[in-house]
Amino acid sequence: MFFFAYAMVPLYDVLCDITGFNGKTGTVETEKQYQVNEERLVSVSFFASTSPGFPVQFAPKVSSMEVVPGKFYTTSYIAKNTTDEIIYGQAIPSVAPTDAALHFKKLECFCFVKQAFQPNEEVEMTLRFVIEPDMDEWIKDVSLSYNFYKLDS
Amino acid sequence: MSSTTTAAYDDHGHGPEKGLLRWVKTTNHKDIGTLYMWFAFSMLLIGGALAMGIRAELLQPGLQLFEPQFYNQLTTMHGLIMVFGAIMPAFVGLANWLIPMMVGAPDMALPRMNNWSFWILPFAGAILLSTFFMEGGAPAFGWTFYAPLSTTFAPDSTDFFIFAVHLLGFSSIMGAINIIATVLNMKAPEMRLMDMPLFVWTWLITSFLLIGAMPVLAGAVTMMLTDRNFGTAFFDATGGGDPVMFQHIFWFFGHPEVYIMILPAFGIISHIIPTFARKPLFGYSSMVYATASIAFLSYIVWAHHMFLTGMPVAGELYFMYATMLIAVPTGVKVFNWVATMWKGSMSFETPMLWALAFVFLFTIGGFSGLMLGIAPADIQYHDTYFVVAHFHYVLVTGALWGIIAAVFYWLPKWTGKMYNEPLAKFHFWWALISVNVTFFPQHFLGLAGMPRRIPDYSLQFADFNFISSIGAFSFGLSFLLLTYIVVNCIRNGKPADARPWASAKGLEWTLATPIAYHTFDEPPTRAEILAESQHS
Repeated sequence: MFFFAYAMVPLYDVLCDITGFNGKTGTVETEKQYQVNEERLVSVSFFASTSPGFPVQFAPKVSSMEVVPGKFYTTSYIAKNTTDEIIYGQAIPSVAPTDAALHFKKLECFCFVKQAFQPNEEVEMTLRFVIEPDMDEWIKDVSLSYNFYKLDS
Repeated sequence: MSSTTTAAYDDHGHGPEKGLLRWVKTTNHKDIGTLYMWFAFSMLLIGGALAMGIRAELLQPGLQLFEPQFYNQLTTMHGLIMVFGAIMPAFVGLANWLIPMMVGAPDMALPRMNNWSFWILPFAGAILLSTFFMEGGAPAFGWTFYAPLSTTFAPDSTDFFIFAVHLLGFSSIMGAINIIATVLNMKAPEMRLMDMPLFVWTWLITSFLLIGAMPVLAGAVTMMLTDRNFGTAFFDATGGGDPVMFQHIFWFFGHPEVYIMILPAFGIISHIIPTFARKPLFGYSSMVYATASIAFLSYIVWAHHMFLTGMPVAGELYFMYATMLIAVPTGVKVFNWVATMWKGSMSFETPMLWALAFVFLFTIGGFSGLMLGIAPADIQYHDTYFVVAHFHYVLVTGALWGIIAAVFYWLPKWTGKMYNEPLAKFHFWWALISVNVTFFPQHFLGLAGMPRRIPDYSLQFADFNFISSIGAFSFGLSFLLLTYIVVNCIRNGKPADARPWASAKGLEWTLATPIAYHTFDEPPTRAEILAESQHS
C-alpha cells in the first residue's frame, strides 16, 4: 500500500486526462473544422494570478468574451517584469467547471513552454483556443485561470 | 511458540519481573496493554490541555491569549495528538488486554514485536511534542496537513512531524499484524470464526483497514519529505505536480482512518449492551457483515472530504451516493443495539450509561455526517464549525465514549478491584452534560457560517462560543475526576468478583480474579466457548 500511494501519482494523471478532474486543458494540433451552432453562446472569463514572490504583473487583456463553441478565438495576457533581472516562470492553467476542461482546447498558448521575462519588459502573450461543440449544453459560463510560478532558470 | 517454551518449565505460574525494567522488557500482553492505556491517557490529557487553550482563546471575540500562528499550532497538535496519540493507542491497548483472553490464547502471537510496537510510541510522541519548542514553532497547517501549506510554506519542524508520523505508522502496522496473527492463529482450536466475540471481529477488520491505510499515509508524508528537501514536485504545480492530488492521497488514508477509530468502539458497545440488557446480542452475524461492509465502503468514499476542490458533477454524485450507502450498515448496527435492549431487563451501571450515551450521541454525529455528505449542502458546511461539531460527536462521544465504557466494564477484571460506582455515575453525568454543552452549540455556529481554524470571530458568534468554552472547561475538569476514580480503584477498590456483571458473557470472565499474569495455558473447550458465546 506504500507503493500504491506512489502509484496514485500516474493513476491520477491518467484519471485527469480522461475526466478533466484537475481542470487541465487539452490541446489541438490544427485548426480543424467543427459543426458550429451560431445560436449557442458561452461566456468565457479570464483570470490571472501569480505565486507569492513572483515579481511579474500578470493580467488578461480582456476579462471575458462571448464565444461560439466550435470557432477559434484569439486573446492575450499582458505580463510586465517589474525588476531589473531576467525572471523565468511557468503558467499553469485551470478551467472551471471541470466538466468543461476536456472540451477547452488550445492551439497556441504561452503556457506550453516556460517564459523568460527580460528586465522591465512588458510582453503580450497570445492564446488561441476553441471550445468543442460537444461540451454539455448546461455549461453557459467557463472560467480559465492561469497561475504563474517562478522558476529558477 | 510460547506454549512450547512454557512446557519446558516446571513452574507455570511465574510472575512479572521486579522493578521498572519489567515495563521496558515485557512481552506480556497484559503489561503491554496497560502501557498502551496509560500512554494513551497521558496523551489524552496533553491533547485536552491544548483544547483548553483553544477554547480559552475562543471564549471571547478578539485575540486575548495567543498569536494566530500559535493558535494554529494548538489546533494542529490537538488533532494529531488525539488521533494518533490518544484514540488509536487506546484501542490497541484494549486489543492487547482483551483479545488473547477473549479468544482463549495465552498471549499475543508476536510478543516481542508487540513490545516494539509500544515502545516506538513514546518516542514518536516526544518527537511530535518537541516541535512546540523549535524555532518557527510546531506544525500549524491543521491535522490534515494539506500541501502546499505543509510543503512550501511550513516551518522547519515539519520534518520532525513527518518522522513522527512514520514512527506512529510503523507502530500501528505492527500492532495490526500482531492482532491479525493472534486472532487467526492463536484463537482456541475449538473456536470458529463466527464464535468470536464482536470486539475481536471488529478489531480483526480494523487491522486490515490499518494495514491498507497507514502505508498510504506513510507514502503521502514521504512525498512531502522529498518535496520539501530533495527537489521532487509531487504536490508542486511548477514541476508538474498537483496539490489536489495530495488531498486525494491523504483522504484515501483519512477516510479508512476514521473507521479505524470507531469500529473497535462498535465492538465494545456490542459487549456492554447485551450484558446490561440481560439478553443475547440481537443479530450477531449481521453485526459482523455490517462491520465488514463499513470497512469496504470506507475505501471508496474518500473524496466526499473534497467536494469543494472542483470535481466533475459525476464525481460529486458518485461520492455522495457512496457516502450515503455507509448509513445502511451503520443503521443495521444501531438498530441491532436497540433491538438488543428491546424488552430486556435493563440496569444502568456505569459502563451501560456510557454505552447508551454512545448509541445516542454517535448517532447524532452520524446524522450530521450524512448532512455533510450531501454535495450541494457541503458547499455551505465545508470548513465551518459544523464540521468540528460533527467529528467531535463521532470521535469524542463515539470513539472516546467507547473507550471509557470499556475501561469501566473491564476494569474489575484488569485490576481485580471495583471502582466507586456512585462517583463513576456522577462523573458520567458531569461528562455527558458538559460534552454536549461544548459541542452542540458548535452545530449552530457552523450553520451560521463560523469558519474553523480561526482564533478570532465576528461578534454574532460570541454567545455560542462562550457557552461552548464554558462547557469545554467543565468537560476538561471532569477528566481529573476520571483519573481519581481509576487510580482510587487500583489502590483502594474493594475486591471484585471474577464475573462482576451477572449476565456478562465472554471467556475473559471465566478467568479468576485477580487475574493471573499468564492465562489460558490450556485452551478452553468447545463447551466453554459455546457457554460464553455472544449469540444464543
